[in-house]
Amino acid sequence: MTAPLASTLPPLERNLPRGRTLGWLAALAVALVGLPLVLPGYQVSIAAQILIFSVLAMSIDVLAGFAGRTPLCHGAIFGASTYVVIYWTTTLGGSLWAGALLGILAATALAALFALLAIRTSGVYFLLLTLALGMIVWGVCLRWTSVTGGENGLRGAGRPAFLADHVSFYYAVLAVVAPVTFAIWRFVHSPFGMTLRGIRDSESRMRALGYNVPLHLFLAFTISGAFAGVAGALYAVFNDFVSPSTVQLSQSVAGLLMAITGGIGTLLGAFVGAACIILLENVVSLFTARWPTVLGLAFILIMIFAPEGIVGRARLALARRR
Amino acid sequence: MDRRSFLKATALTAAGTFPMPGLVRAQGAPIRIGLLAPLTGVVAAGGREIVDGFSLFWDERGRQVGGSKVELIVEDDASNPDTALQKARRLVEQSKVDMLFGNLLANTGLAVANYVKTNGTPYFIPVIAADDLTQRARIRNVIRAGGYSASQFSRPLADWALKQGYRKVAMIAQDYAFGHEQCGGFAQTFTEGGGKVVGQFWHPLNTSDFSPYLGQVGSLGADVVFAMETGADSTRLLQQYASFGLKEQLPLLGAQNATDQSVIRTMGPECEGVITAAHFAEGADLPATQAFVKTYSGKFGKIPSLYAFSHYVGAMWVAKAIEAIGGKVEDRPLFLDTVLKTDLPDSPLGKPVHFDAYGNPVYDVFIRKVVKNKDGKYWNVPIATYPQVSQFWHYDPETFMKQPPYSRDFQGIKKA
Repeated sequence: MTAPLASTLPPLERNLPRGRTLGWLAALAVALVGLPLVLPGYQVSIAAQILIFSVLAMSIDVLAGFAGRTPLCHGAIFGASTYVVIYWTTTLGGSLWAGALLGILAATALAALFALLAIRTSGVYFLLLTLALGMIVWGVCLRWTSVTGGENGLRGAGRPAFLADHVSFYYAVLAVVAPVTFAIWRFVHSPFGMTLRGIRDSESRMRALGYNVPLHLFLAFTISGAFAGVAGALYAVFNDFVSPSTVQLSQSVAGLLMAITGGIGTLLGAFVGAACIILLENVVSLFTARWPTVLGLAFILIMIFAPEGIVGRARLALARRR
Repeated sequence: MDRRSFLKATALTAAGTFPMPGLVRAQGAPIRIGLLAPLTGVVAAGGREIVDGFSLFWDERGRQVGGSKVELIVEDDASNPDTALQKARRLVEQSKVDMLFGNLLANTGLAVANYVKTNGTPYFIPVIAADDLTQRARIRNVIRAGGYSASQFSRPLADWALKQGYRKVAMIAQDYAFGHEQCGGFAQTFTEGGGKVVGQFWHPLNTSDFSPYLGQVGSLGADVVFAMETGADSTRLLQQYASFGLKEQLPLLGAQNATDQSVIRTMGPECEGVITAAHFAEGADLPATQAFVKTYSGKFGKIPSLYAFSHYVGAMWVAKAIEAIGGKVEDRPLFLDTVLKTDLPDSPLGKPVHFDAYGNPVYDVFIRKVVKNKDGKYWNVPIATYPQVSQFWHYDPETFMKQPPYSRDFQGIKKA
């Protein structure tokens, strides 16, 4: 498996007139802002969770979709930020703001470290190396009982009063996720992002053209880690609890599956993917204890009928109609 | 009217028709109980028995208590604390349950306990044994109905071991909080009574090969071994202990999980004779215990395990309290106080039980031995009883809680 996960999709800008794109974005913004007015409390918390995981899935998409490197350690980077935030606010009694900042910094530093080790590889070796790096984080969280609480994890101090109810928390998350999404969008559409796509499509050609490939990959990895850290910090406030299951492999896999379901290389597909998986988890488990089976079947169907992901598929269909 | 204000108005009208959570329950409305059990994941077998034991009680009662119908909502926590938390949120916020029950793994229980701390939903934990939930980090609405704290039963076992003349113990345990706490209880009581801990071995969960530990245990000069194991680890340890030939040389004591039915019902003579301590012994010659074992075995084809009986007892305990207040579970302070004041004289445990001031039960603790019953199955039979053992043993609660919680580094071992 040396081919990158991303298929070469027609870029969105070329398909839609700019005015229509803006129109869709405005409609989406209104829908997101209006959501808490129509949903009962519990569903609002699910919506907030979807937003948080969308950021994680987008951070994975930066690497998987644009740089052609599929990582399996972003769950660990995400969780490391969650650990730092909760450790800072409970054990050390610090403020949430400083905690969130430290969490994101920790995630960025961890991602930089992982990047140094991982960027020299690609394809399946990159996948396995990042998997192993993520497992180290999990192992440390499990065994360093005096700091991480071991298997039992760390309990948070509770959300600050102004974020206590689901609706205000949802708006707070939205207020963070919206600019972060814009930042990631700008990032992958910048000249730097174009270079990443070039590396994805032909590393040797980019090298021949004089681009510093390792440096580009290192920066992309580190920055994507920072975004995963933002998601992790939000998750700390959302969940108010962290244990090794937050940094374990299944978290990285879940993030990757969200990105794939939505469509690798589509960026905003992350929102669709996160929504699909989290909603499926929550709705299906109402009816059957075999919900992981249903989830598995859904993935198989997506892989067969829409390997480009939901958004990718829709985009292709749109392009064909024109 | 523009769209935004229309939505707002509609939402407000819709919200108005929903009952506010936990405030008023309509007369005659059912009492809703949320049960969280690991139906998938590493401890799924135990989770199944949680549901069996818990539903058995309510089915026997015709799903009625204190004049109200009882509605059970079972959710899978997937043996994962994040999922447990999510499901607990859903049960409380969407299904509007009046109380939560269950969970098996300590980390799932601790996550849910932290969540109910903020909203006051009564949460009963018949299996979650983390000491601090009813000690240093007590939460008022978290009550261990039918459950026990981890170090509670290993202390009487240590006392019993001293009385048998054992003086040097080697300990082998799973390396996580539950293991640290059970071993801590044993080590502290054993050393304060003049015994010595000659070695402690912590191994990761899911250890398949115990030979590195068992080899050392044999050469330490111990006169008794204490093993704190659960699930498949316990099966493997008991088997390997026997095949190393240690079974004939060194008597083996264990935490209650080591010889729980969930472990020994599939085992042969290698589990015979192991001594453990618990609040329940399925082989006890007590009418209430035998009646329960007979009903449960008849229905599910196996002798009840810790997970099944403790949820049965927990349900029974809380049901008695609900009856005492005529089904008014929405008055949470009254409900919680009543549960804490309720004694249970006639449960399958066979001995009367009551709560201490911290929400943890005080039990008659059996020292149990694994023997073969007349049907050829292995089960635990009491050989000694310690009446009225609290989670604080003989210590004063206030003084006791000043010492740090048990961990790998602090085992309460008295310096000789």
